[in-house]
Amino acid sequence: MSSRDYVAFGSGRLEARGFLDRLRAYFSPSEDVDTSPKVADEVKYTTCYMCACRCGIKVHLKDGGIRYIEGNRDHPVNRGVICGKGASGIMQQHSPAKLKKPLRRVGERGAGEFREIEWDEAIATAVDWLSPIRATDPKKLAFFTGRDQSQSLTGYWAAQFGTPNFAAHGGFCSVNMAAAGMYTLGGSFWEFGEPDWERTRYLMMFGVAEDHDSNPIKIGLSGLRRRGAKFVSVNPVRTGYSAIADEWVGVRPGTDGLLVLALIHELFVADWIDLDYLARYTNAAWLVIQAPGAADDGLFARDEAGNPLVLEASGTLASATTVGVATRFVGEAELPDGRRAVPVFQLIAERYLDDRYAPEAVAEACGIPAATIRRLAAEIAEVAFKEEIELPVAWTDWAGRQHQTMRGRPVSFHAMRGISAHSNGFQTCRALHLLQILLGTIDVPGGWRYKSPHPKPAPPGPKPAGKPDQVVAGKPLPGIPLGYPMSPEDLIIDAEGRPARIDKAFSWDAPIAAHGMMHMVIANAANGDPYPIDTLFMYMANMAWNSAMNTAETMRMLTDKDPTSGEYRIPRIIYADAYYSETVAYADLVLPDTTYLERWDCISLLDRPIGGADGPADAIRQPIVEPDRDVRPFQDVLIEIGARLELPGFITPEGEPRYPGGYPDYIINHERRPGVGPLAGWRGLDGDQPGRGAPNPHQLERYIANGCFWKHPLPDDQLYFKHANKAYLETAVTMGLIDRAEPIVLQLYVEPLQRFRLAAQGHGAVQPPAAHRERIAAYFDPLPFWYMPFEEARIDREAFPLHAVTQRPMQMYHSWHSQNAWLRQILGFNRLFVNRTTGRALGLETDDWVWVTSHHGRIRVPIRLMDGVNRNTVWTWNAIGKRAGAWNLAPDSPEFRKGFLLNHLISELLPSDGGYHYSNADPITGQAAWYDLRVRIERVAPGERDQTAPSFGVIGHPGSLARPPGILRYFAGRDRLDRQGSSRRGSSA
Amino acid sequence: MTSLPASRPGQKKFGLVIDLDICVGCHACATACKEWNASGHMGPLTDFSPYGDDAWGVWFNRIHSFEEGEGDGARTIHFPKSCLHCEEPACVTVCPTGASYKRAEDGIVLVNEAICIGCKLCSWACPYGAREFDADQGVMKKCTLCIDRIYNEHLAEADRQPACVMVCPVNARHFGDLGDPESPVSALVAERRGRDLMPELGYRPVNKYLPPRPGRMPRTPPPDAVQPAAPAGSSGDKLLRWLDRLLSR
Amino acid sequence: MHPARSIVFFTTASGAGFALLMLLGLGVPLGLLPDSGGFAFAALAAAIALAAAGLGSSVLHLGRPERAWRAFSQWRSSWLSREGVFAVLTFVPTAVFGIGWVFFGASGGLVGLFGVIAAALAAVTVYCTGMIYASLKPIHQWHNAWVVPGYLALGSMSGLLILDFLIRFWVVRATGLAIFTAAVTLIAWWIKERYWLFIDTSSAPSTVASATALGRRGRVRSFETPHTQDNYLLNEMGFQIGRRHARGLRRIARLSGFLLPALGSVVTAIVAGAPGAVIAGLAVVSAAFGLLIERWLFFAEAKHTVTLYYGADAV
Ligand SMILES: Nc1nc2c(c(=O)[nH]1)N[C@H]1C(S)=C(S)[C@@H](COP(=O)(O)OP(=O)(O)OC[C@H]3O[C@@H](n4cnc5c(=O)[nH]c(N)nc54)[C@H](O)[C@@H]3O)O[C@H]1N2
Ligand SMILES: Nc1nc2c(c(=O)[nH]1)N[C@H]1C(S)=C(S)[C@@H](COP(=O)(O)OP(=O)(O)OC[C@H]3O[C@@H](n4cnc5c(=O)[nH]c(N)nc54)[C@H](O)[C@@H]3O)O[C@H]1N2
Ligand code: SF4
Ligand code: SF4
Ligand code: SF4
Ligand code: SF4
Ligand code: SF4
Ligand SMILES: [Mo]
Repeated sequence: MSSRDYVAFGSGRLEARGFLDRLRAYFSPSEDVDTSPKVADEVKYTTCYMCACRCGIKVHLKDGGIRYIEGNRDHPVNRGVICGKGASGIMQQHSPAKLKKPLRRVGERGAGEFREIEWDEAIATAVDWLSPIRATDPKKLAFFTGRDQSQSLTGYWAAQFGTPNFAAHGGFCSVNMAAAGMYTLGGSFWEFGEPDWERTRYLMMFGVAEDHDSNPIKIGLSGLRRRGAKFVSVNPVRTGYSAIADEWVGVRPGTDGLLVLALIHELFVADWIDLDYLARYTNAAWLVIQAPGAADDGLFARDEAGNPLVLEASGTLASATTVGVATRFVGEAELPDGRRAVPVFQLIAERYLDDRYAPEAVAEACGIPAATIRRLAAEIAEVAFKEEIELPVAWTDWAGRQHQTMRGRPVSFHAMRGISAHSNGFQTCRALHLLQILLGTIDVPGGWRYKSPHPKPAPPGPKPAGKPDQVVAGKPLPGIPLGYPMSPEDLIIDAEGRPARIDKAFSWDAPIAAHGMMHMVIANAANGDPYPIDTLFMYMANMAWNSAMNTAETMRMLTDKDPTSGEYRIPRIIYADAYYSETVAYADLVLPDTTYLERWDCISLLDRPIGGADGPADAIRQPIVEPDRDVRPFQDVLIEIGARLELPGFITPEGEPRYPGGYPDYIINHERRPGVGPLAGWRGLDGDQPGRGAPNPHQLERYIANGCFWKHPLPDDQLYFKHANKAYLETAVTMGLIDRAEPIVLQLYVEPLQRFRLAAQGHGAVQPPAAHRERIAAYFDPLPFWYMPFEEARIDREAFPLHAVTQRPMQMYHSWHSQNAWLRQILGFNRLFVNRTTGRALGLETDDWVWVTSHHGRIRVPIRLMDGVNRNTVWTWNAIGKRAGAWNLAPDSPEFRKGFLLNHLISELLPSDGGYHYSNADPITGQAAWYDLRVRIERVAPGERDQTAPSFGVIGHPGSLARPPGILRYFAGRDRLDRQGSSRRGSSA
Repeated sequence: MTSLPASRPGQKKFGLVIDLDICVGCHACATACKEWNASGHMGPLTDFSPYGDDAWGVWFNRIHSFEEGEGDGARTIHFPKSCLHCEEPACVTVCPTGASYKRAEDGIVLVNEAICIGCKLCSWACPYGAREFDADQGVMKKCTLCIDRIYNEHLAEADRQPACVMVCPVNARHFGDLGDPESPVSALVAERRGRDLMPELGYRPVNKYLPPRPGRMPRTPPPDAVQPAAPAGSSGDKLLRWLDRLLSR
Repeated sequence: MHPARSIVFFTTASGAGFALLMLLGLGVPLGLLPDSGGFAFAALAAAIALAAAGLGSSVLHLGRPERAWRAFSQWRSSWLSREGVFAVLTFVPTAVFGIGWVFFGASGGLVGLFGVIAAALAAVTVYCTGMIYASLKPIHQWHNAWVVPGYLALGSMSGLLILDFLIRFWVVRATGLAIFTAAVTLIAWWIKERYWLFIDTSSAPSTVASATALGRRGRVRSFETPHTQDNYLLNEMGFQIGRRHARGLRRIARLSGFLLPALGSVVTAIVAGAPGAVIAGLAVVSAAFGLLIERWLFFAEAKHTVTLYYGADAV
């Protein structure tokens, strides 16, 4: 008898009892609670994908339904906890927006009218469209993927297809962060590094709301506060992590570079620089040629073998690779040819000692009092140099020298999009790395640590493939279309210096666009600039909405037709999504994907693995539940299309499909290099080789048995100084993480940037067209500097006095979760948050509606006043506003009526200054400058509607989508979900 | 039964301690609670108009946020709230049917769904907004303190904790016996001066809130590390300091 | 508090019904009422109908009306249970009294005794109703000394007005009753005014600071609510009424609920016969309207401490 059925009085069951008993039960009822119900029939492990943080989860299944999803305690990423999204996975699985069948568009693009088709037809259609492209001009396929966690597969596929036009989300996400770090340290913030959470005594965090490491950060912050370490958050908004900071520094957006350089100035003034660290691990002593006007001005002085030179105590020159050479940091060297060269350190000291970086000089621009900047510098120095820590762990450096201990300066930094999503973001991120290096806190106890598979050489080897001569009909590219250019020769441009990629990445527009420039694809394709394409193939990217700048125009471009031919300017669009997102309506062919609980996935060392500072790790996803509709995992479909197109990597020499078992087959058997495949764990026929080894047919079983992840904990002596740690470097080579066990020298001065600059000054074989020269020369400074973000510099700052930024809400992932019945209750719409003083001065109150106007457009939104935001800044939660009709939500949903996107205000191009129309992006990396936005706000006219503007027509949706229930009674295994009406239990009364 | 059980010496008082100093407002405890309890003792936790306008549903735990103080000195505080399992819970005594009750053995306040008539009076009597009416089933529901977890023999010992406590990434939630002065939760409350919500109403909540600690700003002891070491003058002059420094790789 | 129509109607109707019953139970043995089977039937029927309709409406307000019978069990602690118990108990002596009075014309002896018992139980029932509200500490506008007297006085006043109207179909002139009615109406009005004054000039000890145990740094303000859409708590307890709107409604309640009925009663003390009946009838209608508004306001102006978590500074 269940507790619920226990009814005291009037139930037939109890007839046998005495009347008195019944009376007693009536007046003193008691409940017999089952405190030990069975929790699950089965527990399966997998990896969460309610966001890209890759936490390990345990899914409890009961009575055929999902009972509960919880964190996997053994998992290196989340150690048992999950976040608000992860705990709402059940509702993702039950979303009525799940696509159910492949679709062919029948109506106009954007109308949402489709015909359901079978998979055979879907795949045949894709092959029919793609095959002629490959046979004639592979670059006419643009293949772009968004939240893709299988980029090593999709990138490989693109390369095999032969198109240079491939990228994932990095360009609109945080390539500034990635590139600045990779060129400086061979690692970065983002998911490439982390503070030494257990040991740091001072953490300064710049512009982080959530990040890709959200649970580790939360776990780390909690420990930090408990230990009494100080946590400073530099952020215009005080919410989330910043809310629990010891000190909140409410910086004015876009000025972090100045703040950091002022901190550096202070450290130089007071001589708090870790010179020993600089000498050992960085290029501080390397000599830089000082020969203005020469073709090698600003490059490192090198010996015949190409090794950089340093200045010995005696005044002679020596190769920087010489072990133990005592060098000067300041002083002039005379090169054999008689020219002058000075050490990098001297250039740095000269530049940052300058008074323009003094706290007083930057205080106003940053909105932070000079005294605060001074104090912060003093605190940092105090912890770094007075609270040095030493671990009793012996280790051997790259040169074979033994060290008895590991010493560290327990100051650490972390940063994310708050500094990277600006047009000065690359240099700002560089400035922060410079600060860390000068303090000697890179990969030391208490400092910032590389996360495996980093460090990589700074920058890593592979250069982007896809130069015009590498794009050959019917042939694969010689490499992957993304990489790290070292000089203008590596750009993907044509003979005239024009962009050769559809997104103009690796062109003079954005030479170091290491992650591509996905945000420019639609605009460029629609304009046929640099050339028209035939098919746009997208995967997991909501490009018609929240990842587009200038959203309305993007939607128009997707439907724009050539008036002469009547054809769409982007002739064909194939899109793979799992849900009915805004973008689906714009596709001609829709390939419906599975949910994360229905498929195999591989979180690979070749892509964005789960490794931490303690060692490499990777993970898989395994199917937990069967799809209840006609959908297929996208990777399976891609592999099948690849085989049908006869892409060499996807067929056997005999022409048969190479991976007939689909993605799991590929995960196990694909080898990128001999012995290196998607998964590093349990390689070799017996599964006993970590990292490198022959494919193991039982590899996936081994993963499943281990909770769906693999981890290789590094021994203690390899945990720090990885960039110069012999044992670690050798391990990394064996595991296939790097190619050579050579020290990774931290690049205070980034020579490749100077090569671009020299080209702009008229040197070298590949030079920018005249129009780009000034810009390249200005921004490719090999030492970090600060400049005003482009939009701010070009608009009338008085007309647009406020900065406008977004933040990630912790409980929502981009556009994904408005379809989630639980999460959308938490954030059904967003408001614009305005500083109370600023708002009051404008006569505004909470719940007022305002027009927000940028140089580009205007939106009507509701506001709320708050104190914890910089006075010159307004902000909102990202990607909450939705387009009516999408996501299978009712057309009166708050996401449409009151939710909004700032994206409508953001132009994909910079405000014109009469010259070339550059994208609204960082000039070095092409990173989308989301947070450069400037606006003004005004109360709406009396009587205006309380509804967000702009609003777009309601898009229709395919009839096959589930009918959303009016009442949701989820109970694992009980078929309550879709029943309408009341479910009162009549039994007990 | 709605008369309160007599409190015995050594009475167990199970409850939560919530640390406002480190809660980042991530809502994990809210959705984990929803998820566990949807198929748990009081499940389902019905949702209304889940994909339409004005979606609302039964939640046992909700995360509020406040600002304390004004201007630049303001602090944002995330504030999770669920049933406080009060010692003098009028939500129990007002109940006409006996559906609302406080367990003698551990002090957990529960609703017996099988006899609840859905009069809602208990929700009026709860000052904290911890009672949740399921309009579909016509009965009152509420936080069970995860009674189907904390004693559950099907779970490993370490997992016998409320779902919201298990999930919290910053460890801002603690579960334990606040009746036992020796328990870790009681120690935490003593050390951090845990507070009652609305003590003036006399409900004597068992759950306690640990107030935010003052930030270390400036860090103590005050830094004396940075003394300008550079001589005044041009930056070239300042460089002289390093002229004779020899450093080896 | 959300002014649910069923509860507004329930408290108003059952208050009037039980008060009328009380008046009959006392009036009959004391021989103050007309000795007529017709009157007896009409008056009792009105009392029972109002009381029962009120109770019925409150049962329908339940989430599980079919379980309403469970509500009698917790009289030891619950005023709602007590109200239920007394409401039902009241009907037992009422039945004896009613049958004796209506069908046998008896007014004294046992019938009279049962009348008095019924009257006492009816009074207790109304008292219990008042206590349901007065006992709720989270609601300052209810948890005060004016609520129970208010319920008793407003009930009595409405019972008297009905009686004064009904009686005119059997007696030509009921001056004493009319004057008494006017007096009780004025007393009820005074109590209500004191109540309004009280809630206008005081607020709960609880504030957003005490609700959150915060405030050392300064003022505490809600920054974000847990959910962007309203939930049960807000729908049920977050009802808000604008000050101006409330003032306007109070004016209507004063006029229609108290002033006009009091005036009507004074007039009926003088005017006899059909015109008197008409005026008394109008007084009932006016009072009913006014009291429904008063009762609506009683809910609408009540602020629950839970709103402190949702943006209110004080309740
Ligand atoms: N204003 C503003 N705009 C921004 C940002 C900002 O901060 N402010 N941030 C930018 C950044 S950093 C990023 S990374 C982008 C993100 O932008 P996108 O990557 O375009 O956006 P998402 O909303 O993540 O949507 C990706 C798509 O993936 C689909 N999807 C979800 N799960 C699956 C699945 O399992 N399989 C398949 N096939 N599809 C799935 C979703 O339905 C959705 O349509 O937004 C950018 N846009
Ligand atoms: N819950 C959740 N987690 C996510 C995502 C999600 O959508 N939801 N998205 C994932 C993705 S794709 C990404 S790229 C990461 C991004 O992770 P974050 O970088 O943490 O994300 P943002 O929300 O862009 O945070 C930017 C922060 O910088 C601040 N900021 C804005 N401008 C400036 C500035 O000029 N200076 C400083 N110092 N701060 C500034 C903003 O106030 C905000 O707090 O998060 C990932 N994790
Ligand atoms: S952070 Fe949350 S949603 Fe993202 S992977 Fe981890 S548990 Fe899942
Ligand atoms: S918090 Fe509310 S529901 Fe919980 S015990 Fe206290 S009064 Fe009752
Ligand atoms: S709603 Fe249910 S639990 Fe609450 S007081 Fe009424 S009968 Fe009791
Ligand atoms: S104890 Fe359990 S029921 Fe209560 S709030 Fe936490 S998770 Fe929810
Ligand atoms: S899970 Fe923890 S940090 Fe997140 S809202 Fe709940 S208590 Fe706060
Ligand atoms: Mo991103």
